[in-house]
Amino acid sequence: MILDSKVPEGNLAEKWTNHKFEMKLVNPANKRKFTVIIVGTGLAGASAAATLAELGYNVMSFTYHDSNRRAHSIAAQGGINATKNYQNDGDSDFRLFYDTIKGGDFRSREANVYRLAELSSNIIDQAVAQGVPFARDYGGYLDNRSFGGAQVSRTFYARGETGQQLLLGAIGAMNRQIGLGKIKLFTRREFLDLVVVEGAAKGIVVRNLLTGEIERYSAHAVILATGGYSRVFYLSTNAMNSNGTAIWRAHKRGAVFANPCYTQIHPTCLPVHGELQSKRVLMSESLRNDGRIWVPKEKGDTRHPNDIPEDERDYYLERRYPAFGNLVPRDVASRAAKERCDAGYGVNGGEAVYLDFSEAIQRLGKKAIEEKYGNLFDMYQNITGEDPYEVPMKIYPAPHYTMGGLWVDYHLMSNVPGLFVLGEANFSDHGANRLGASALMQGLADGYFIIPYTLGNYFATEKPDLVSTDTPEFDEAENNVKDTIKKLLSINGKQTVDSIHKRLGRILWDKVGMSRTAEGLKQAIEEIRQLREEFWNDVKIPGTDGEINQTLERAGRVADFLELGELMAKDALNREESCGTHFREEYQTEEGEALRRDDEYAYVAGWEFKNVGEWELHKEPLKFENVKLTQRSYK
Amino acid sequence: MSDGHINVTLKIWRQDGPNQEGGFEEFKVNVSTDASVLEMLDELNNELEQQGKRPIAFESDCREGICGTCGIVINGHPHGPLPKTATCQLHMRNFKDGETLTLEPFRAAAFPIVRDLIVDRSALDKVLQAGGFISVNTGNAPDANSIPVSKHAATLAIEAAECIGCGACVATCKNSSAMLFVGAKVSHLALLPQGQIERYERVEKMVAKMDEVGFGNCSNTYACEAECPKGVSVVNIARMNREFLKAKLLSHNVEL
Repeated sequence: MILDSKVPEGNLAEKWTNHKFEMKLVNPANKRKFTVIIVGTGLAGASAAATLAELGYNVMSFTYHDSNRRAHSIAAQGGINATKNYQNDGDSDFRLFYDTIKGGDFRSREANVYRLAELSSNIIDQAVAQGVPFARDYGGYLDNRSFGGAQVSRTFYARGETGQQLLLGAIGAMNRQIGLGKIKLFTRREFLDLVVVEGAAKGIVVRNLLTGEIERYSAHAVILATGGYSRVFYLSTNAMNSNGTAIWRAHKRGAVFANPCYTQIHPTCLPVHGELQSKRVLMSESLRNDGRIWVPKEKGDTRHPNDIPEDERDYYLERRYPAFGNLVPRDVASRAAKERCDAGYGVNGGEAVYLDFSEAIQRLGKKAIEEKYGNLFDMYQNITGEDPYEVPMKIYPAPHYTMGGLWVDYHLMSNVPGLFVLGEANFSDHGANRLGASALMQGLADGYFIIPYTLGNYFATEKPDLVSTDTPEFDEAENNVKDTIKKLLSINGKQTVDSIHKRLGRILWDKVGMSRTAEGLKQAIEEIRQLREEFWNDVKIPGTDGEINQTLERAGRVADFLELGELMAKDALNREESCGTHFREEYQTEEGEALRRDDEYAYVAGWEFKNVGEWELHKEPLKFENVKLTQRSYK
Repeated sequence: MSDGHINVTLKIWRQDGPNQEGGFEEFKVNVSTDASVLEMLDELNNELEQQGKRPIAFESDCREGICGTCGIVINGHPHGPLPKTATCQLHMRNFKDGETLTLEPFRAAAFPIVRDLIVDRSALDKVLQAGGFISVNTGNAPDANSIPVSKHAATLAIEAAECIGCGACVATCKNSSAMLFVGAKVSHLALLPQGQIERYERVEKMVAKMDEVGFGNCSNTYACEAECPKGVSVVNIARMNREFLKAKLLSHNVEL
């Protein structure tokens, strides 16, 4: 198999413009003859659904939630990048492109990233027109703030609720099309299999979560916009229902999975508090605009933070990276926190560092801080019982975002014709590390501005048929789903789904987390295989398949995570270098920074599923014609 | 973060389906005060699963108080006794050792019970689909700074737009009114210059749908604002009423 990126020829800055002209169009009257299935109603799925419906296509939209407005994009806090250069501080498409390529540690496709930067400004225009209430200055113009890995202020924000506001904008657009009858929304449906007919994606099989019924839907093309798989770690910043099932089951139907080991550990999350904890709560990266990160200079210093004098504090990010200071990219900030805590300098010798606003409060006043971050401070106080206006926040890194995902070409189509993958579910734009405020940008660029062109081109060139749901392929997919459910319910063992999920998470966090070694990864693979055995022999799921069964829903997702986790470890083992979030202890510079090996590993690792625990690796070489490969420096 | 534990008695509403009879079931649990109410239910469910019993059906997703999926009436209050806090953000340190917690679903005629603590809130979405948007196709937008928006208007707009669509306002209202929810969306869009074109048509359509799907009227008790996890203000209801009156006077749809 050859992974052909289909990146168009020509100058970087002109590729997308020229390609839009080269791509074939579907004429307005013919658009209504095509139907597309979109799974997921987050930023990518909702924006795609609305835009494709506006163009005249028939859209069937699926979500496991009770409403299209609940998708986890809603929890994104800090902001969205765009190259408006409203601040007159030197931003440009090329600068955002460069920051993103560098932030991703030179492991993403130049052409995709440039297109993302190029489209970023259109997203802000679109969102404002929809009524997204971004922050404004006193003249009524849009305000910006800074995010990690950038030296310009290009991040647009709506308090600490940018994801919510952008999603509600996209959902508004989607709701309008639901009212007009161009989108049919199916809520409380979980994607459980992809139907492939003669090599092309033609439909899906879902479970109705209220009745347990297995349903079939067919379309001319299928779009997955189902988010990332950080919940594989059990404790992550993702929502309780976020899962990898849709992309994993599509993977098992032939879609190549790219760079599964690139998983982002976000530096500013609340520390772990106990056994019952169900998730890690994120504190927006925007807090690093005004908060300063430190640990005591003395090992195991147990004094109250307010009693530790200034000269006995180690502002380790400002010390190690004077140029970017507290705004280094996430992977760098996370590793630095781990380094300090592992060396015994963490808060009370444990796994936490301080994020301190006292200086900003002195400088700007409490009111200004409240206006910028009030809801985040409230949330912190709610959860921890401590007042961050008075006492520094305690934070520690947590799994947050997955750069890996299904492989897609420049058209955002997977290697399975007719299967498109948008947003976090694909692997396309962030390389080995995503910069803050870029996820919202990518999800919306994919949905609003890329898929409308590339899907049309697919329809116009391939002229795909609509397949009846009564074909043997649909029968086979439905039987596959039903067999899996039956098997799960028949085990009747002793362990709960959650307890096995927690153990999987622990293995991955310890051995496939912020720091990895060949030995640890080999152990992880063995342990995951054993745990998978245990799951399939000893899990206990009460209830039946013909009713609401939330345990069964979780079990299906954990079953998939138990396969995906192994592939993450395998990919990490294969990549004998350090890059971005993927840090192999064997490959580091003398200063402990990631050491890339461009000669051997400047490629996208695409894994083709052969059998459970068995994959074939395909490499898509990465060519850099517009940037010079350098060791990242934020010093 | 303390590591204390407390003993609490839970009285939880159990109901198999929309048409079955329901009732309270009692559980006694020992729980860490650092756990949230939902984490306590996770743990209880794990115990029930291990015993082969049907776990308590409840919904939640982000557990950061923003997605609006969770919603339990705790001791008579939607989302519990703490102001401006969603159920998922309510931690056990807010309760005392030996206390009894009564957990019930969000009850309203427009929110039929699905199972246990899960209700069907799709009526809220129907109101949004009727007009809770600005009609702008992708690609139509002018430069984002071409229309300045006063900071004041933008602030009022986001304070309304922060609504998480949980339905607590409906659940707490003796009339099961959704006026705070609908008023928040109407206000958000009416306050912005981008929302002006459809301003009156929007409020008419949304109010008509609100009545049609079975939500009650407002009798100004302000319970909705008190229970709203985002503190959305009842000022938005007053604004919606003004918008609606103006619409009736000005819009093309007016029936004379």
